[in-house]
Amino acid sequence: MSRPEEISPPEIFYGDVEATKYTSNTRVKSIQAQMTRRALELLALPDDETAFVLDIGCGSGLSGELLDEEGHVWVGVDIAPSMLEVALEREVEGDLFLHDIGQGFGFRPGTFDGAISISVIQWLLNADSSTHSPPQRLNKFFTTLHSSLKNPSRAIFQFYPSSDDQVSMIVTAAQKAGFGGGLVIDYPNSKKARKMYLCLMVGQQEIPKALDGTEMDIDENNKLGMEKRREEIRNERKRRKDSSSSNKKGKRSNKDVVDPKEWIMKKKELYRSRGKEGVPRDSKYTARKRKTYF
Amino acid sequence: MVRLITHNMLACHVKNCTKDNFPLAFSEVELVIRPAPENLDFIQRFLPKLDWSALVDTARSLGDETLPEQMPEQWSEDQLKALHHVLMEMHVEEGNMTCRGCGHVYPISNGIPNMLLAEHEVGR
Repeated sequence: MSRPEEISPPEIFYGDVEATKYTSNTRVKSIQAQMTRRALELLALPDDETAFVLDIGCGSGLSGELLDEEGHVWVGVDIAPSMLEVALEREVEGDLFLHDIGQGFGFRPGTFDGAISISVIQWLLNADSSTHSPPQRLNKFFTTLHSSLKNPSRAIFQFYPSSDDQVSMIVTAAQKAGFGGGLVIDYPNSKKARKMYLCLMVGQQEIPKALDGTEMDIDENNKLGMEKRREEIRNERKRRKDSSSSNKKGKRSNKDVVDPKEWIMKKKELYRSRGKEGVPRDSKYTARKRKTYF
Repeated sequence: MVRLITHNMLACHVKNCTKDNFPLAFSEVELVIRPAPENLDFIQRFLPKLDWSALVDTARSLGDETLPEQMPEQWSEDQLKALHHVLMEMHVEEGNMTCRGCGHVYPISNGIPNMLLAEHEVGR
């Protein structure tokens, strides 16, 4: 499978030629429509009610057309001018914006009843210029999105991660921004039909079920893991506060002297919980003393 | 295709621009009226989200005087229809949106506002 995000930045990759190609290709169209339908299903907006929806990376309005059909009022943002041009030609109903989602949104708090995004956020993981930092852009994106959604509501992202690292990076960034929820993987055992949806929720909600049997174990673990991790972060903050206050007194009891291995493990865990990259794996060699060479 | 419903939700997102960043002021506007199917139920539900004074000011700056100064307590059908016209049928095709706080100009061309920021304006 070719990965367009490895070829060039989105606004260049989806130039005039690619934009028309993309929109006239019936296969792309049908897959997009299918994924949009599923995303809308996961979004679970109330029936027979017009909602105000944000379409992130609306492109040429393939997903927007479905939103029109459902009768929703929507706003689309995309970074590729050529794609938006095509959307204009196709006369979609929504408002279109030329916007880099990594720069964050300016919408007022509580604006949208929901957000969908089809095959977009993997693009955020690329650094297309020297000033781009993917974690920072993800953070900005998720925090501003979180505030522009009303409570309770959902945001559904279909995306194509190229590795598990990418998934965990996106998921941690979303958690940091305050979203709940997790991954829903449809047809996890099929190579072709396998589709990954990130279901993010504002407020307390139940995570939707994946198609074809059960949700994968990984999701459950992920979800539980998230809770645990979040708890840990919270604890870590508290612990630091406590320790800093006790340090002020300038006393250090024997209790504070910890086993070096324990200390290193704690640090690693902390870095992981903060989503830091390149934290070494744990192994039997972790924190082992080096031989002295002379 | 900037409708006022979206404009009423849009604030400036330049870094450290927190004062007077809403609403963005229109200038050199080219306005197009496109009839849209009425959905008064949706409008009614949308009311709490609206910033009324900003909406009235913007509508007046675009030359529409139909909205009352104060948000009506009880909505008559005609009032809702007028609101529907302002929110859903007025499209700004060309022009500029200017932030009153930091002065950033978001140009609108062909109905699509350019919300891209320069690197130094992006918040962290």
